[in-house]
Amino acid sequence: MHLLVCGGTGCHASESDAILWNLRDELEAKGLSDKVQVILTGCFGFCEKGPIVKVMPDNTFYVQVKPDDAQAIVEEHIIKGRKITRLLYHDPKTKEPVGDSKHMGFFKKQLRIVLRNCGFINPENIDEYIARDGYEALGQVLSEMTPEQVIEIIKDSGHRGRGGAGFPTGFKWEIARRNKSDEKYVVCNADEGDPGAFMDRSVLEGDPHSVLEAMTICGYSIGASKGLIYVRAEYPLAIHRLQVAIRQAHEYGLLGKNILGTDFSFDISLRLGAGAFVCGEETALIHSMEGHRGEPTIKPPFPAESGYRGKPTNVNNVETFASIPVIILKGAEWYKRIGTEKSKGTKVFALAGKINNVGLIEVPMGTTLREVIFEIGGGIRNGKKFKAVQTGGPSGGCLTEKHLDVPIDFDNLVAAGSMMGSGGMIVMDEDDCMVSVAKYFLDFTVEESCGKCSPCRIGNKRLYELLNHICEGKGNVSDLDRLRNMSLVIKDTSLCGLGQTSPNPVLSTLDNFMDEYIAHVRDKKCPAGKCKDLMEYYIIPENCVGCTACARVCPVNAISGERKEIHYINPEVCIKCGACMEKCKFDAIIIR
Amino acid sequence: MSQIKSLADLRKKREEIKAEMDTRIKAIDPENHVQIKVAMATCGIAAGAKEIMEFFVEQLDRRNIQGVVTQTGCMGYCYAEPTVEITLPGREPVVYGFVDLKRADQIIEKYIKEGELIDGIIPVNYETIDSKE
Ligand SMILES: Cc1cc2nc3c(=O)[nH]c(=O)nc-3n(C[C@H](O)[C@H](O)[C@H](O)COP(=O)(O)O)c2cc1C
Ligand code: SF4
Ligand code: SF4
Ligand code: FES
Repeated sequence: MHLLVCGGTGCHASESDAILWNLRDELEAKGLSDKVQVILTGCFGFCEKGPIVKVMPDNTFYVQVKPDDAQAIVEEHIIKGRKITRLLYHDPKTKEPVGDSKHMGFFKKQLRIVLRNCGFINPENIDEYIARDGYEALGQVLSEMTPEQVIEIIKDSGHRGRGGAGFPTGFKWEIARRNKSDEKYVVCNADEGDPGAFMDRSVLEGDPHSVLEAMTICGYSIGASKGLIYVRAEYPLAIHRLQVAIRQAHEYGLLGKNILGTDFSFDISLRLGAGAFVCGEETALIHSMEGHRGEPTIKPPFPAESGYRGKPTNVNNVETFASIPVIILKGAEWYKRIGTEKSKGTKVFALAGKINNVGLIEVPMGTTLREVIFEIGGGIRNGKKFKAVQTGGPSGGCLTEKHLDVPIDFDNLVAAGSMMGSGGMIVMDEDDCMVSVAKYFLDFTVEESCGKCSPCRIGNKRLYELLNHICEGKGNVSDLDRLRNMSLVIKDTSLCGLGQTSPNPVLSTLDNFMDEYIAHVRDKKCPAGKCKDLMEYYIIPENCVGCTACARVCPVNAISGERKEIHYINPEVCIKCGACMEKCKFDAIIIR
Repeated sequence: MSQIKSLADLRKKREEIKAEMDTRIKAIDPENHVQIKVAMATCGIAAGAKEIMEFFVEQLDRRNIQGVVTQTGCMGYCYAEPTVEITLPGREPVVYGFVDLKRADQIIEKYIKEGELIDGIIPVNYETIDSKE
């Protein structure tokens, strides 16, 4: 038997180490150490319900395990063979415990290519990666294929970059190969700056060798001998696992000189970034690696012509790389069968917001938003109503009910008014105010704009102020046109992708939730009841019995009324603390 | 650690390591292997399910059969313990009751290897926690 204990960032933070040691101690005490192995793995994607312990081979999936539960797991499950019901995942709808991961809605519709080893192998043991056919693709590439053949497979597979823009990977490699130079570089973009995104981090933490192997394959294909991984310093666990992986690959001769006895040599080192969103943009990233300010520059020249130190440089995203070994092993034909006509393979999403199963998921391209939100995600929390889903992070847009059956792929999301981005997916319910959502993303872009060009530096700030104005109830109808016009100008005139996409959350909420904007500017109301300045606590006269409970808790004496008579809130005095509403037993107080 | 000098070396190494990870690798697609579930609730253990389970684990290995042995909770047939559920790839599960070492041996030789039903089948009319959606 194998006990897999999650060692991803989320579970690690909630004491999965202690669970691991307690399990080992318990097994030792019961003389079972040689029968049951305890293995620390990468993220299972179910971090919110972590720490996770999975029992193999029966696939029992324990959630929210505490270090003290180790004894029960060993005594009940391992020795007596009884699943511990209280630690099982309970279906949010039926409230029934689910016996194993194969029956969990969260995992059923997933197809794991990028995350194939996350939560399955010990990422700090290269042997486990090798047992899962790791480095086999590299071996075949180096001993049986020419660089052109490799590029041909990747081109033919239709694989597109997962960093956001969806550029065809094979073509990118081909351009880098064609550009002649004494030196070339392979760069892995692990900056991952989108708020809430942790796809790349999980891959690096859970399966670092897949990225190293793919980068080496890329090096062979384009004619580079040096690889660089640009990873943010805020990812200490990912950095540690990469360092361990690089060391182990060296010891096995899978990195370094004469890899696998061939005459190909390749090395990989890490470059730590300070965690600026704009440094994820490839030209800014390269400048940052060179020790310059992380500011974008105009393309062309593209990095494939003149990148790191002026040499041809191929930049790909972590997830883009992680699929490569599988594509080589299983072939372009196999890969092409997964996905939609123009987007092949799978995509990893970080599912967040008002949804039952928050986590990291991987689905074939072409899966619908409805399947992701209502099947894998288990639907909206607390039985609330779905309102919108934001894809593409701060560069993307909000999609609504009418988009739920859109098959997710690069082109469909753009056609629907959003984009794939790096794979953030934030679900919103009826309680979310869409003007505030747009404001939230703008707040982020204003913070992260590098300031090089005025439309982005000044324009986004003005957009933010205008949104704030509207949320405070000071807006008027003409502001909505100004929002739109300014957004379009910023998009058209900004230098890099940050400014070119930052107004998208504003434009898409304007398109899909115009009535909500109108309510804010004309009626001075926030329909979701989120904008504090626009809400009013109100006592429904029919429901009020005059118990005086509310008047007694009000910290500013805004409530008047005699015992057994209808009470009244003075909106001029009320500070909107909500205390009265909580206290009222007769549901007489509402926000309107 | 010694260096891996060729693709052939890598493959050799993989086969060595794979054996150790067998338990996990087979669990990815249990439907392609023989699945043996031993009921291991109090009633089962009292009746000797533990020895039966160990017997299966050991013998499958020794007789070179690709299979996954797991344990389940009480199947509701306490009177017939130890009970064992066998699922051959592509077939409906079959439950055998009163499994002792002799019957376990027959199950491997006749049912698992030859696909021949043997005595001791209990009609399946329960739902385990595993089969619940
Ligand atoms: C503001 C901005 C931020 C970006 N952040 C990232 C990032 O965090 N990770 C990433 O892989 N690509 C990011 N990109 C995209 C990169 O510029 C580049 O297109 C990508 O790394 C190419 O890899 P791919 O072809 O594998 O997608 C960003 C782009 C912009 C404009
Ligand atoms: S668009 Fe914004 S982030 Fe990009 S270069 Fe201009 S100021 Fe910097
Ligand atoms: S919301 Fe707070 S301040 Fe306003 S009436 Fe109720 S208790 Fe008083
Ligand atoms: S970190 Fe444990 S499930 Fe994600």
